[in-house]
Amino acid sequence: MDELDRALIVATQAGLPLVARPYALIAEQLAISEDEVMARLQGLLTSGMIRRIGAVPNHYAIGWTANGMTVWDVADEQVDQLSVLVGALPFVTHCYRRPRALPAWPYNLFAMVHGSSRDECSAKAEEIRLLLGAACRANDILYSTKILKKTGLRIGA
Amino acid sequence: MRELDAPQGYFLQGAVDRQIIDKLQGDFPICARPYAEVAERLAISEEDLLKRLERMLADKVLTRFGPMFQIERMGGAFVLAALAAPEVRYEEVTALVNALPQVAHNYRREHELNMWFVLATETQDGIAEAIARIERDTGLPVYAFPKEREYFVEMKLEARV
Repeated sequence: MDELDRALIVATQAGLPLVARPYALIAEQLAISEDEVMARLQGLLTSGMIRRIGAVPNHYAIGWTANGMTVWDVADEQVDQLSVLVGALPFVTHCYRRPRALPAWPYNLFAMVHGSSRDECSAKAEEIRLLLGAACRANDILYSTKILKKTGLRIGA
Repeated sequence: MRELDAPQGYFLQGAVDRQIIDKLQGDFPICARPYAEVAERLAISEEDLLKRLERMLADKVLTRFGPMFQIERMGGAFVLAALAAPEVRYEEVTALVNALPQVAHNYRREHELNMWFVLATETQDGIAEAIARIERDTGLPVYAFPKEREYFVEMKLEARV
């Protein structure tokens, strides 16, 4: 990442301008050409530095009112193999292995599930539990009850 | 504290809003008139699309519209962290945590660890600094859960209302 990439991030991290030619407006702010802005963004997208460009909906507002972080204590020697399968379930949106924080936190696998009700989420969690089988020693589901902040990345100018 | 909470039972203004949400969670074009291109696909005018996006952002149906950066690919870090805020201090702790620009997301969750937030920083060291700052400001221990491995991420949910 060079200075210009960084400037592009700062200029767009809060969102793209809602004008007919958004890239031209960013170009004007950065004193470069519209073509260069587009080429840079395309480069960042291709290299994976931009995951995607688009809308980030508020899940609650579009009907996904139950959002559960399912967490699992899975035997270390099986966690990778099983988590690939958990991540492949069509309803899991994020799936990560993370460190435990013993004794307070015994869970090493995190998988997010969403639904219109808690019953829907717990049914999805049950599918994960069946998949993990005996390798799962304990589990929990942490529902979100409020979005306290959702701005996304903000690096300094 | 800015509330983004559930416009519960919020009604999208028709099938077009729903289509915008479903079709526009990625693949926004990089061309001179990207909104015009998307509008054509949706069979609406460029002006209508821009107005709808503006309204959905104002109503907090959308929290953002633009590129999603993978700061990790640029030497930075995203780390999930949590703390246990005493109920009587919940609002105060929320304000202290949210005050840091490094806090990208923050959710209240039902658990003894009742505040879960994502730190996004430009450098690896930025994470430890942010955690130290939150611990100092709140007087509460912060648990960090950096990802050790990612198995799947694709946060695209279709509109259900």
